[in-house]
Amino acid sequence: MTNKEFIRDDGRKFDEIRPMKAKVGVVDNADGSAMFQFGKTIAIAAVYGPKKMHPQHAQNPKKGTLRCAYNMLSFSVEDRIRPGPSRRSTEISKITQWALEPVLMIDQFPNQVIDVHINILQASASTRCAGINAAIMALAHAGIPMKNIVSSISVGKIDKQLVVDVNKYEDSIFDEGEGATDIPFTFTGDGKISHLQLDGKISPEQFKEALELAKNGAKKIYEVQKKALKESLGEK
Amino acid sequence: MTNERKLVIPGEVIVTGNDYLPGEGTEKREKEIVAIKYGLAEESNRLIKVIPLSGVYQARRGNVVIGEVENITFNGWIINIGTADNAFLSLTEVPRYVNKDGLDEVMDIGDMVVAKIWGINKRGIDVSIKSRGLGKLESGMIIKINSNKVPRVIGKEGSMISLIKDETNCQITVGQNGLIWIEGKKIEDELLAKKAIMFVSENSFISGLTEELKKWFGGGEKIK
Repeated sequence: MTNKEFIRDDGRKFDEIRPMKAKVGVVDNADGSAMFQFGKTIAIAAVYGPKKMHPQHAQNPKKGTLRCAYNMLSFSVEDRIRPGPSRRSTEISKITQWALEPVLMIDQFPNQVIDVHINILQASASTRCAGINAAIMALAHAGIPMKNIVSSISVGKIDKQLVVDVNKYEDSIFDEGEGATDIPFTFTGDGKISHLQLDGKISPEQFKEALELAKNGAKKIYEVQKKALKESLGEK
Repeated sequence: MTNERKLVIPGEVIVTGNDYLPGEGTEKREKEIVAIKYGLAEESNRLIKVIPLSGVYQARRGNVVIGEVENITFNGWIINIGTADNAFLSLTEVPRYVNKDGLDEVMDIGDMVVAKIWGINKRGIDVSIKSRGLGKLESGMIIKINSNKVPRVIGKEGSMISLIKDETNCQITVGQNGLIWIEGKKIEDELLAKKAIMFVSENSFISGLTEELKKWFGGGEKIK
């Protein structure tokens, strides 16, 4: 079903991820921070804490709390977007939190909170994936104990063709045949799924193909994250 | 595993086999010892542990810390040592007679104090000032560095900090939470000690830093 010779509008092969860049320690005042980039999509994550949870009624004496805030900066897209929280950013904040929680070992921080702030400097689709990738690196940098690193990637279906790491054209402009479907995945370092979304339609057979594509892509992202964390020795 | 320290990321397998024990920052999963924190993996007496290089200060028993008196209760003082939970200094952990109505005469809100952590439990952190070198700070100055740089500022067996003390003629107490108290006869001495500590914390990744600091002190005197 998938044409392996397929060339996309930006010249990539179907399983080719845009050039990736990752860096740890980009925000000096944060307890941990990281940047992650997929081509023209850039995300910066800053972690503050663990610190005491306020207001007091929100404290959980059994385990620590993770709080994520995803924000797209007003200049991140071609038409200026209204700054501040929106329906979409609230949803993605929640999704990011759910994608990260399974690997974090925060039960040893009762009554405390870990704040993760994700800012999208430049957006060209797959922003939630870039945000999750940056967030987990920032959390590791902040010294938070975790079972494993997670790597997030999106798989798209444009008409009947599966592609990995969708760009802006494939995400929102493409409308031939069956149209475009976007499936973001998040995998742990040992290949388990911590987050999956599906917006659109796909057959069960093709979904299995998409899963394999995402798994292989996530491995490449994991290597980039690992390299960035190992290279940051000596910095803050 | 060799004695060399290596940088590990969470989820990375440090060693395989039953010859080693999992220490702090690690976890045993079947036959593998896996890192759960980002930092340097180290082995001593078959115990594997990961030392974090970044992040907020985590209180440990036995640490000497510097904090600010934040509040006074009927039987002690609440001290902010930069952790999520405040530390508590009980009246019984002060090595002198204290009038129960005059706690603020011994230490008032806003005073700085050097204390040792003797217990960490669900309710909070308990500190004491019953040993030598601990107690309220009456004069001098306090600077703040990243708590992860404290081991470098102290150096191997205190080599770095004694070099700074000798070169600047200052008394220095380094709190494990990153607050450092300096007191010298002249303000210039204190400022030089502060500069030297900042030099160490900014260049903490250089190997042979004690030698570099000696050169730095040499150059500093020439400029004068």
